[in-house]
Amino acid sequence: MLEDFVIRALVGGLILAVISGPLGSLLVWRRMSYFGDTLAHSSLLGMGLSLFFNIHPYMGLVALMLAVAGLLTFLSHNKKLASDAILGMLAHTTLALGLIFASHLPGGRLDLLSYLYGDILAISQHDILWILCVALIVLAALAILWRSLLAITLDEALAQVEGVKILRTKAIFMVLLALVFAVAMKLVGVLLTTALLIIPPTAARSFAKTPEQMALIASLMGMLAVTAGIAASHYCDWPTGPAIVVSAAGIFVLSLILKPS
Amino acid sequence: MKQNSLPLIAAEALTVESEGRILLKNIHIEVYRGEIVTLVGPNGAGKTTLLKALLGLISLQEGRVVKHPTTTIGYVPQRLQLETLLPLTVQRFLELTPKLQTKQQGKKILAKTSDELALGGLLSQSLDQLSGGELQRVLLARALLREPNLLILDEPMQGIDLGGQNELYELLLGIRNQRQCGILMVSHDLHLVMKATDSVICLNGHICCSGHPQEIREHPEFLKLFGLKASDHLAIYTHHHSHHHGLHGAVVEHEHLKASDPC
Repeated sequence: MLEDFVIRALVGGLILAVISGPLGSLLVWRRMSYFGDTLAHSSLLGMGLSLFFNIHPYMGLVALMLAVAGLLTFLSHNKKLASDAILGMLAHTTLALGLIFASHLPGGRLDLLSYLYGDILAISQHDILWILCVALIVLAALAILWRSLLAITLDEALAQVEGVKILRTKAIFMVLLALVFAVAMKLVGVLLTTALLIIPPTAARSFAKTPEQMALIASLMGMLAVTAGIAASHYCDWPTGPAIVVSAAGIFVLSLILKPS
Repeated sequence: MKQNSLPLIAAEALTVESEGRILLKNIHIEVYRGEIVTLVGPNGAGKTTLLKALLGLISLQEGRVVKHPTTTIGYVPQRLQLETLLPLTVQRFLELTPKLQTKQQGKKILAKTSDELALGGLLSQSLDQLSGGELQRVLLARALLREPNLLILDEPMQGIDLGGQNELYELLLGIRNQRQCGILMVSHDLHLVMKATDSVICLNGHICCSGHPQEIREHPEFLKLFGLKASDHLAIYTHHHSHHHGLHGAVVEHEHLKASDPC
């Protein structure tokens, strides 16, 4: 039999993989993978701040990521700044701030490595409950907003003329991203979260004929990556977060070989 | 007829600025049912900005856009930023049009529209594999699915060969005649503009001149913007094809040339 902590890791990871499918697909379609990476980088600062002010880490994480998302949106209206430069600047500034913060927390309360690379084997039932709640919120919101999100992905002006509430839809999408990044950070860590969102959809592309198929296949591939990663970690003693990401990358390579011509 | 009905859309004293630069100044235009209005002007004249302002996509510094209560706009963007990672067939793209009423009704409209635009063979194709002309037809179909009475097109002829352009113009004329909708478009191609438009608006930050294509052609402001050569060329061209004007130009016969402030 598997130990409890492995089962918890599997359950948490699988739920995360399910929501990563559709959300990651949208991230890829909207060319926002670096945007996601920036959010992920800022999570360390969020963690440090929530420990410092003694608020619930998930709350602190979501709040900080929303602040960063807001700042990014604000800065991107300045046409003189290239968006990739803004993203790179914010990603690394927030990461650096997070690292400085972490080094000054009393009693070394922040285990840096576990936040950078995740510690899926250490998740509690409490964490799983959080992941489950986030998953339900994300899936419900995506179900309602799916068509609008696809519409603004295709052409924002066209979507607006057709009556889609652009700002509201984008804002909700940011909130969903922040929620998922907050819970994903504990599982696969700051540096690897984006990979779990980006790689499965990219691998799923050549097997999908519709956007929904792509999201679904991405979810399945993500689940496979999580399972393979945890297995590799369990039997070969690999660090779990990196093992999951490497599994996802392996699936991507396989998808290139197996793709229907 | 024009005097009795309200315009589908009207810009009243519209001024748009961006970062301290005036892009459009004191613009008045009106589009009525059954009328094709074409915006022409050099690059940077604010043609696309004017469309955006009319569509409510950008904020105005001064003036206002007035729409008739019944106005439903079908918008055809210049192009789509196609994302190859997004698997989407033409059929699905069209089905994604918001507010396609009930499923059954939506299906009917979709079938009717794809017949009208001869999309039959394209429906199962992937959106990113279409040629420029095919994509324009698909975008036009999407706009028509909303059953608009006003079509707004941003440079529909760009990236389409001459034969395709003629075809698209015929299509637009057909749509206008059949649905009696108003059409407002931006165009670079002066030949086609002169051939199939009821009213031309010559834009260069402000409206230089506007009116029937026959009159516009001789207007000094137009000549200044497009040069004498263009005018001569067009004169020969339109003379050669004068029968087209007889058919479609009737609506604006009495329209007088309106020239606004000098360039």
